[in-house]
This record gives sequence, structure tokens and C-alpha cells, in this order.
Amino acid sequence: MAKYGLRTVALVYLLFLLVLPVGLIGWRTFEHGAGPFFDALSSHSALHAFQVTFTVALWAVALNTVFGIGAAILLVRHSFPGKRLLGALIDLPLAVSPVVVGLALILVYGRFAPFGGWLENHGIQVIFSTPGMVLATVFVSLPLVVRAIVPVLEEMGDDQEQAAHTLGANRWQAFRRITVPGIRSALAYGIVLCLARALGEYGAVAVVSGRLVDQTQTLTLYVEERFQNFEQPAAYAAATALAVIAIVSLLLTKLLRPKDGDR
Amino acid sequence: MGIEVRGINKSFGATPVLRDVSVDVASGSLTALLGPSGGGKSTLLRVIAGLEQPDTGTVVISGTDATRLSPQRRNVGFVFQHYAAFKHMTVFDNVAFGLQIRKRPKDEIRRRVGELLELVHLDQFHKRYPAQLSGGQRQRMALARALAVEPEVLLLDEPFGALDAQVRKELRAWLRRLHDEVHVTTVFVTHDQEEAIEVADTIVVLAGGEVKQTGSPHEVYDNPADPFVMRFLGPVTEIDGQLVRPHDIELSTTPEPGTTPAVIDRVVRLGFEVRIEMRLRDGSDHEAWAQVTRGIVESLQLEPGGTVHVRPSPAARSLAVT
Repeated sequence: MAKYGLRTVALVYLLFLLVLPVGLIGWRTFEHGAGPFFDALSSHSALHAFQVTFTVALWAVALNTVFGIGAAILLVRHSFPGKRLLGALIDLPLAVSPVVVGLALILVYGRFAPFGGWLENHGIQVIFSTPGMVLATVFVSLPLVVRAIVPVLEEMGDDQEQAAHTLGANRWQAFRRITVPGIRSALAYGIVLCLARALGEYGAVAVVSGRLVDQTQTLTLYVEERFQNFEQPAAYAAATALAVIAIVSLLLTKLLRPKDGDR
Repeated sequence: MGIEVRGINKSFGATPVLRDVSVDVASGSLTALLGPSGGGKSTLLRVIAGLEQPDTGTVVISGTDATRLSPQRRNVGFVFQHYAAFKHMTVFDNVAFGLQIRKRPKDEIRRRVGELLELVHLDQFHKRYPAQLSGGQRQRMALARALAVEPEVLLLDEPFGALDAQVRKELRAWLRRLHDEVHVTTVFVTHDQEEAIEVADTIVVLAGGEVKQTGSPHEVYDNPADPFVMRFLGPVTEIDGQLVRPHDIELSTTPEPGTTPAVIDRVVRLGFEVRIEMRLRDGSDHEAWAQVTRGIVESLQLEPGGTVHVRPSPAARSLAVT
């Protein structure tokens, strides 16, 4: 009896928290068939929002992948003073509210800040533009790739890399032919997580983008803006698109997760 | 000379691991670095391979000063205790790795890897992944991989340490035969004196970061330089303030010149060998034991509670206990 009670509680909890809201969005989206859904998504603003979202997300994922591999190798394979500090700093973005991240970036890169002003004089606008949105997204998704790789690198040890060195491989060859294949699945998992986080980011991007319609508006900002302007069909359609992308990413991570160390 | 190691010092932090270590390894020989764990033998092997940098001292491999060379330029083959198999590659690709790095032509690689896999009896398994091999097979694959690049020297770090006793014995004999076939200068690390004595031409005993003795297995066993080496190379017992091998003890029923009386505690029959455990009656009441044949036990009628008179046999090498 008790176990049925527990199941019911869990299901009802999830029903009200998750299934009902998301399900309703889906139902609202397709209330009048698939036509309005595709119409809403093919408007100029929506397409532009897609484009901005993917540009920002791809840059963020690329930067975090390079940084993530480098930082993970540094944390696992090297010892140096300040290593624990580096580890703690990498986890910091998980604890800081994205809105705070956005404000902090404006303080450094804004037009009226010394560094931001200097960049602007050299023709690089960061805030209210793509570079700032990329920075904000990189910041909030910073730990995801690092934390996915670190345990696998630790478990792998450096024996295989050393063996490669004794067989004549230089550092790059050992990295490319031994380290990367060894962490491949974990890396892919980290990248997908990072991509999902980057696509869904709202708070930090909202602050640094200035929410300029058709310029710096990402999909999440587009949903919010349309909803505030009582254009529910457009808001629901974009929200459903985001949810579908998130679910596909989630399925991908499930597929990628258990592979390491299989063979 | 295959490898000349001169005056190596190495510390990890404040802990000295190697102290003024000098070792010569003759070309084409099979040398064992033998010692207790923590004695510095693995570190010395890694210094020779270039995987560790010595604080001072030089390493010369085949006449070339290799001290400052990175591992990939030393042309050494290294076999790790836990195989360090490339998990994502097949057996063939593992063995071919060094040749592919050297950009050898494809058909040459195929031929050479084929020969090596035959040499280590893994030709049936070239398409398998390391996880599909047993421990012994993985270690043979690691050996073939190290041999593929035709190294100047082959270095093995506790190569059989992770294997069970039966496989260890087989691989030992196999390594000895393999060395007789390929004649590459080989150094292996072990803490097992039996393994060192059975396989090596030369044994270097390392303890506390220092070389205690170097010599043929026969020399270090029969003429140990100090009590430590004597204890480490085989069983010892103490009679009359002397360390003696238990099989070098003479027993008699009557006092003879130089004998010490003893009371037998236990007679343990281990097949053909018999262990006589006794207590010396020279005022010390020390425990001692002798290893004798069944014939002696029967002719002297040795039984628990009986008295015997013991002395080191005249040919035995004994050392004063210090």
C-alpha cells in the first residue's frame, strides 16, 4: 500500500509540475493543426531568433569544448599551486545567478566601462551584440564540458599516454590518437549538455543582449517578448520548438552516456 | 655497453628515491632490478625510459647520452605493469602504433605486425580489443607493441605483477626463451627473487634507493654482499650469530666440532623436503630451522622433542648478523 502511495505522490507531483505545463504548451501549439505552428516559426522575427540562438550556442559550445578539454587535462594531469582554486572557479558559474553574470559582464564590457570603452573605440561592440551574448552563454555553461571529462580522464590514467610517448609519439600525437579517443563519449556528452544549456539560456543573455528585436533576440527572448505582447501562438510555437530541441538533446545524452570503458 | 647509468639522484619532494645509483647493463643481456617495493627500482627504470627526469646523473643508451632526451626520442620499448593497452584499438592497431607514428609503408607495417603477433602467439587475435583478452595475452600484446619499433633496449616494469601465479610462471619461461630469440638488451623490474633468479643473467639488488649488489643470480645468491641481500634473495636462519641458508645446515646426533645443540620443535614434511624447526640450546634459546631431505630425517630419526647438534656446512657461505 505504502509503495502505491509513494508512486502516486511522485506521479501527481510530476504531473502538476512538468507534464501538465509542457503538455498544455504542446496542445496550445497544435490546437489548430500544424499549419499555424509552421507559419509562426517561419515569420521573419522567429527565423532571425533561431539564427541568433544557434550562432550564440555554437560559438559557446566551441569555446567551452576547447577550454573544457584544456582545463580538464590541466586539472587531472598536472599539479601546480592554485589547482584547487581553479577547480572551484570552474564550478562557480553553477552557483552564480545568470542575471548577476549579465550585470557583471556589463560592468566590464559596457560602453562606459574602461575596458569596454577601449574595445568600442577599436570597433568591437560587446554588450548589446553577439560577442556579449556568447560571453554570457560561455560563462553559464563553463563547467559542463570540464566536469564531464574529468572523471574519465582520471579513470583512464596516464599509462596509455606514456606508452604512446615511449613508442615515439609526440604530445600532440598522443593527445589526438590516445587521449581524445579515450574520452570521446564523455566529451560528446559534455558537448550536448553544454549545447542544451546554451540554447535554453535566458537570464544572462536577457541582460547583455538589450533584447533588440530582429537583432539580438534569441529564441528564449522571443518567446518572452511575444508572450508579453499577447501573441500567444508565436510564443507557444517557439516554446514547443525549444522543448523539442531540449528533448532531442536529452535523448542524445542518454544514448551517449554509458559508453566509456565498455571495451 | 647497452645502458650506462651514472650517479643518478632523484627525490620526490623531500623524499629521496634514488641515491647515487650507477648501473651497467651489458648489450644483449637480460637484467633484473630486484628489490622490495619502495626501493626505487621502478623509478630507476622510468628514469632510463625518460618518463622521469633525474635530479643529477646521466643515462647513456648504446653510447648516446640520453639524459636530456624525451621518451619518444630514446627508442626504448617500455612495458607497463598494468599493460597500458590502447583500449580503443584492436590488437593489430596496438602493435602497429609505433610503426604508424614512424610513417612506415602500409605493407611493411602489416608484415612486421604479423611477424610480431606470431612471435607472441597472438596471431589469431589481431582483430580483438584488449578487453577481450586475458591478462597474460594483454601483456604479450604490450610486449609485441614495444618490440615493434625495434628498440635499443626493452624495459619491463613488474611485467608479471598483475597476473596470477600459474600465468606468471609460464610467462617467465616464455620471456626467457623470447630473449634468447631476439637478443634485445632487456631490463625488468621485479620484487620476486625467484623470478629474478630464474629469468635474468644479471641481478641488480636495489633497496632504500641504493644499489646493494650486482652480479649473476648465482653470485648474489651464494655470495651476498650483506645480510639484507642474503635475506632478500632466499630463506635464511640464524645459528651461532651467523646467517645461513637453511639448506646449508648439517645435523648430527652427537656433538661435533663447531656444533650447537638444539631441541626439535616440529618436523614439517613438504614432500621430498623436510623442515626441521628447533630451538638452540646455546643459552640464547633462538629459533632456527633447517631444510633437509627425507633420507636424513629417517637416518637420524629426527622427532619433535629430540636433541640434534647443528652447524653450517663447511662449503656454506654465512654472514655475521649485524
